Amino acid sequence: MIKAMKPSRLAAAATAIVLALGAPVLMAQQKTSIKVGFVTFLSGPAAGPFGVPARQAAEAIVESLNAGKAPAPYQIKGIGGLPLELVVIDEAGGATKQVSEYRTLVQRQEVDFVIGYIGSGDCLAIAPVAEELKKLTVFFDCGTPRIFEEASYKYVFRTRPHATMDAVAATLYLLDNRPAVKRIAGINQNYAYGQDSWNDFEATIKVLKPEVEIVTSQMPKFGAGQYGAEISALAGANPDVIHSSLWGGDLEAFMLQAQPRDLFKKNILVLVAGEPYLHRLPGKIPDGTVVGARGVNAVFAADSPLKRWLTDLYKAKAGIEPNYPAYSVANAFLGVKAAWEKAAAKKVGSAIPMGANKNVKEEMEKAYAPPTQEEVIAMFEKLSFDTPSGKVQMSLGKGHQAVTGTAYGTTRFENGVVKVGNIKYYPAERVNPPEGVSSLDWIKSGFRATAK
Amino acid sequence: MSVHRTSVALVAAAGALLALGPVIPNWAVSLVNVSLGIGVVVLGMMVLMRTGLVSFGHGLYYCLGAYAAGLASNRFGAPDMLAMVAGGALAALLVSAVLGLLLAKYREIFFAMLSLAFSMILYGLLVKSADLGSTDGFNVHAKSIAGFAVEGDAHRLGVYSVIVITAALCALLLDAYLRSHRGRLAEAIRDNELRVEYMGASVFATVHLNYVISAVLAGVGGALMAIHIGHIDPEMTYWPQSGEFVFIGILSGTGSVFAPLLGSVVFETVRSYAYEKSPDTWQMVLGVTMLMVIVFLPGGLWSLASRLRGRPDSARTGG
Repeated sequence: MIKAMKPSRLAAAATAIVLALGAPVLMAQQKTSIKVGFVTFLSGPAAGPFGVPARQAAEAIVESLNAGKAPAPYQIKGIGGLPLELVVIDEAGGATKQVSEYRTLVQRQEVDFVIGYIGSGDCLAIAPVAEELKKLTVFFDCGTPRIFEEASYKYVFRTRPHATMDAVAATLYLLDNRPAVKRIAGINQNYAYGQDSWNDFEATIKVLKPEVEIVTSQMPKFGAGQYGAEISALAGANPDVIHSSLWGGDLEAFMLQAQPRDLFKKNILVLVAGEPYLHRLPGKIPDGTVVGARGVNAVFAADSPLKRWLTDLYKAKAGIEPNYPAYSVANAFLGVKAAWEKAAAKKVGSAIPMGANKNVKEEMEKAYAPPTQEEVIAMFEKLSFDTPSGKVQMSLGKGHQAVTGTAYGTTRFENGVVKVGNIKYYPAERVNPPEGVSSLDWIKSGFRATAK
Repeated sequence: MSVHRTSVALVAAAGALLALGPVIPNWAVSLVNVSLGIGVVVLGMMVLMRTGLVSFGHGLYYCLGAYAAGLASNRFGAPDMLAMVAGGALAALLVSAVLGLLLAKYREIFFAMLSLAFSMILYGLLVKSADLGSTDGFNVHAKSIAGFAVEGDAHRLGVYSVIVITAALCALLLDAYLRSHRGRLAEAIRDNELRVEYMGASVFATVHLNYVISAVLAGVGGALMAIHIGHIDPEMTYWPQSGEFVFIGILSGTGSVFAPLLGSVVFETVRSYAYEKSPDTWQMVLGVTMLMVIVFLPGGLWSLASRLRGRPDSARTGG
C-alpha cells in the first residue's frame, strides 16, 4: 500500500493523520503498545488527597487517549498512535523501597517510561537512578526545587512547577489585597515540605515588606491530629495573617479544631495547598481565606476544550471535580505525548528526499517507526505545550523543569458550596526564578538575581 | 565439624554470587544488594534474638550507619565505599557502646520499647535538621573502592561486590563469634540468666557485647544500603523500618547465619512481586506470608532446612 503511493503525496499528507492510521500497519512486527509505569501513593496519608485522585486521573486519561477522544492537539490515539498500558505501583514505603521498585519497573517490567512520585524525597532518590538506567522519567507532583537546582539530569523531567512559586505568589496576592498586614504567623508541618513552604514565605514577605513582624511559627509534627496548643499559641500571638501549607487529614483536623475557637475571626488564613479540600470543608473554611492550587489548576484554570475534557473524564471516573493532582497528572501525560509526537513528526518530516531514493519502503519504515527515547527527550527539552491548566513551558533545569503561571483566590461560602472569587493570576516569570539561580537566592536578592 | 561447613558454604556462596554478578539481570543485582544490605542488619537481630531480646529500634543504627556513610562521602570528602562502610560501623559502635550500658539492663518489652524510643529520638532530630534535608534526606554517590575510581558498569559491579563480600565477611565473623565460648552464652542467657551468673560469666557484659555487635552490623547494613540506593532519609529510623527487621528476623529463624541472609532474599522477592502484582493489597500479601510462617514454621524459614535434613530443630534453632 505504501509502495504504491507516490512519496511526494506522502510528504504532503498531514503527518499526524498518517501517524494515526499508517503507523500501526507499518509497525505490525514492532511496537504494539507503550507501557507506562505510574507510581503514586495508594496507601498512607498522601493517598487520599493526592495519590488516589492521581491514579483515577491517570486511568481515565489513558482510556480517553487510547480512544482518541482528547481535544486538539492531542487527538491522535494513545501516544503517536500506540495505545498506552499502565503499570501502577504504590509509592508507599519510603525512598529506599521506591528505588528498588523503580528498578523493577524499568528492568523487569520493561516500561517505556515512568510517570510518578508525589513525595519530594522519592523524587530526589529516583532522579539519579533514572539517569543510571537511562529511562525517561517524568515527575508529576513533587515540589522541592532541589531536584534541578542541586543537579542536572538528561532523562528526568518535571512537568509541574516547583514549590517556590506557591510562596511567592501567596505573598504577592496577600500584599496586593491587604497591603496593611503587619503581624504574620505560620502553622506548617515539621517535615521538608512544611519547612520549605514556611521559609520561602517568610523570606518573600521580608523582602517585599521588611517591616512585617513574624509573631509565631508553629511547627506541629506531621500527622499530629491535635492542634490545641498550636491554636492557643496562634490566637495569643494575635496575627493579621496565618500562613499554612497543611494538607490532608492534618488540614481538616486543624480547621475543625480552630473554627470553634474563633481563631480566624480577626485574621486572614492563607492555605497554600488548600484547593483539594474545598469540597470537603463547606462551612468549616472561613470566608475570605486565601487558597492556592499550586498552579493554574482546578478552579483557577481558564475554560478551554482541554479543561472540559479533563473535567468530564475525571467526573465520570471519580464523581467529583478534578483537583490539582489530577491536573498535574494530565500535564505529565500530555507533556510526554507532545514531545513524542513532535519527535515522530520530525522524523517523518526530515525523512529521505522524497522520490530520490530507491529504498523507499525501508526508509519510510524507518521514518514511521516510533521515535527513540533520545529523540523524544530532545523534543521534550524546552518544550512548550498546552494542558488543561494552560501553557506549560519546560524552561528551567536546562529544559527539564516546567514553569507555569499561578493564581490565588479568596473563598466564600455560598448555597452550600465553597466558591473562589477575586482570583488573581501571576505570570510564570514573575513567580519563578530564572534559569541557573536557586530559588532562595532569587527571593533573597529581591527577585533580581540572574544567572552569572 | 559444622564449623568448617558453614564457613566453607559461606565462602562458596559468596564466590558463586560474585561470579554470577556480571551475568544476572540488573534488577536481580539490585535484589541481591538490597537483600544482603538488609540481611546484614537482620544478622544483628539474630544475635539479639538468640540472647532472648527483640529490638524495635534497630533502625537507629541502620540510619546512623547510612548517615555516617553519607556524611563521610558528602561532607568529609571520603566518597569511598570502604571508608563509608567503616564510617557506618564506627558511628554505630560509638553510639551503641554508650546506649548499651543502659539497655543491657533491660529485658523483654522494656528493652523493645526503650530501643524504639532511642530510634524515634534520632528520627525527631533528623526531621528538624533542615541542613540534612529534613524528611527529604539527601543523595549519596560513592565514587571509588579502596581508592580506585569506579563509574558506570564498574560502579554497578563494584557496589555489588562490596555488598556481597561485606555481607559474607560479617556472616563469617559472626558465625565464628557465635561458636566461641562467649557466643554460646547468648542462648544460655535466654534460657536462664541466674545460672549463667552462677557459672561465673557476666550476663551484663555479654548482653552489652551482643548489643554492640548487633548495632555495628546494623550500621554496616545501613552504610551498604546508602551506597546501593544512593539516597538516605530519616525514614530509615522510623519505626516501621525497625519493625521490618524484626519481621524478617522472625521469618528467617535463628538457626544459622545463613538464615537472615536467605530470609531477607525471600522477603525482598515476595515484597517486590507483591508491589508489582497487587499494588493495592501488597501489605496483605506480606501479612499473610508472615502468618503462614508463624503458623506452619514457628522456627522460621530456616527450620525448613533442618527438617529437610531430617534433623529435629535443636536448641540452636528456636527464637
